[in-house]
Amino acid sequence: MKVTVIDYGLSNLLSVERALTHLGAQVEITGQADQIRQSGALVLPGVGAFRDGMAGLEKLGLIPVLREKCAQGTPLLGICLGMQMLFEESEEFGLHQGLGLIPGRVVRIPDRDAEGRPQRVPHISWDPLLVPQDGALARPGQDFAGTVLGAIQPGQECYFVHGYEAKPAGPQYRLADTAYGGRRVCAAAQKGRVIGFQFHPEKSGPVGLALLKSFLELCEN
Amino acid sequence: MEAKKKVRLIARLDVKGENLVKGIQLEGLRKLGDPHEFACRYYEQGIDELLYIDIVASLYGRNNLSEIVRRTCSDVFIPVTVGGGLRSVEDVRHILSMGADKAAINTAAIKDPTLITRVAESFGSQCMVLSIQAKKSRDRAGCWEAYYDNGRQHSGLDVVEWAKRGVELGAGEILLTSVDCEGLQQGMDLDLIRAVTSAVNVPVICGGGAGKAADLIAGAQAGASALAAAAILHYNKTDVPRLKAELRAGGLEVRA
Repeated sequence: MKVTVIDYGLSNLLSVERALTHLGAQVEITGQADQIRQSGALVLPGVGAFRDGMAGLEKLGLIPVLREKCAQGTPLLGICLGMQMLFEESEEFGLHQGLGLIPGRVVRIPDRDAEGRPQRVPHISWDPLLVPQDGALARPGQDFAGTVLGAIQPGQECYFVHGYEAKPAGPQYRLADTAYGGRRVCAAAQKGRVIGFQFHPEKSGPVGLALLKSFLELCEN
Repeated sequence: MEAKKKVRLIARLDVKGENLVKGIQLEGLRKLGDPHEFACRYYEQGIDELLYIDIVASLYGRNNLSEIVRRTCSDVFIPVTVGGGLRSVEDVRHILSMGADKAAINTAAIKDPTLITRVAESFGSQCMVLSIQAKKSRDRAGCWEAYYDNGRQHSGLDVVEWAKRGVELGAGEILLTSVDCEGLQQGMDLDLIRAVTSAVNVPVICGGGAGKAADLIAGAQAGASALAAAAILHYNKTDVPRLKAELRAGGLEVRA
C-alpha cells in the first residue's frame, strides 16, 4: 500500500512515516501538488498552530488540490492539527478558514471543567475513545464495529495533545469522543472517506498502530 | 462526581555519552547500560512516555543524543521528549527530525527566555517543555531557585515566577525536577509540586525523589499531571505494569 504524507513545512513527519512504514506501507513524503494529485491515499499530519498550517498548505497551492482529491473519494486521514484543518474554521489566534471538508469548527478547550474548576490546557493525556452519545457513525451503546475504529474496543486509550477541539456540525460526522474535565471532546470525525483523528495514532502504542492499519485497509478498498 | 485523577507515567532516561546513567542530586553518576534497550523494555511494558536527557550536553555545548533518539523512535510508538544542550530553534528542529516529539529546555531558556517563544512559534507550544531544576532557596524560606547546567549553576530566578513567565512566553508543559530530592528515593518535594502546579495552568511533569509507588501517588495528589520515574524503574525495583497497578490501587487513573 502506497501512502502520501503531506509535507507543508510545519510538522514532525518522521513519527507518522515510521509508524506507517512499520505497518508495511510504502510512504511518500511530499508537498508537491502534482504528486498529491496522483496519490491514492493521503495523510495530513500536523502539530502547531492552525493559522500556520493553513498558510503552509496555501503557500504550496494544496488547498484546492485536497478539496479536489476528496471530491474524487481519495481517502484522507488528518491527524491532530491535520484533523482540525479538515473543518470549516478555527478560532485559534483569530478566526481562520480551514479546508471545509467536514462541516464544523474548531474552538479553544475551555479552561474550566464541567463543574467550573480550573483545568489544564493543553489537554495532554492518554484518554479513552468512546462511542458518541448521539453518534450516527458508531452505534450508541455499542462498539466501533463497521467503522475505521472497528479494530479497537471503546475505552481503549490514545495519546492526545491539543489546546483546541473540533466541534463537528452534526452527529453524522462524529466518529468518536473522548472525555476531558467531565466533558465530551471530539476524538475522531468522518465525512465519507475523509477521516480525522484528534489523538496521535503514531504515538499511541499498539492501539494507535491498529487504527493506522485500519486506515490503510480502508485505502485498499 | 469526583473523577479519579489521571496521570501519565514517564520513564526518565538520563544519558551520558552512550550510557544510561543515574546519579544522586544530579551528581555521582552510575552507568546502567544501553539507554535504547531500557527504552524498548519500558515501551513494551506500557510506559506512557519517554524522556531522554543528555545530562552533560549543556556543560560542553553539544548534544549527543541524536543517534540514540533516532534508534529509539524507530522502535517505539509513544511520545518522546528530549532535553539537554538544546540551545536554538535549529537544535530543536534537528532533534525533532530524529523523531522526538517535544523539546525540554532549561539552560538556554534561562540565558535567553525569548527562545521559549521562538520554539513555541516554530513548532507549537505542545513541543516546548520548560525544564526547571529546582533547589530550595538558602535565603528565602518556602522558595526555590532555578538551577541550570545540571544543577550546578544557580540562576537567581524564583522557580514559581519562572514557571509562570515560561508559560506566558509559550511553554506548553513544564518538567519540574527537585534537585534536593533527586536520586535519594526518599519522596518527592510535595511543597514544590503544589507551589508550581497551582501557579500555572499547563500540565506539569514532576520528578525527583520517588523511590516507591506511594511517593509517586503523593506527587500526583499534590498536583502533578505526569510523573517522571527513573531510579524506581532502572534499578529493577519494579516494572511498569506492577508500578501502574500500585498507582491504580492508590486511587490514580493510569493508562491500561
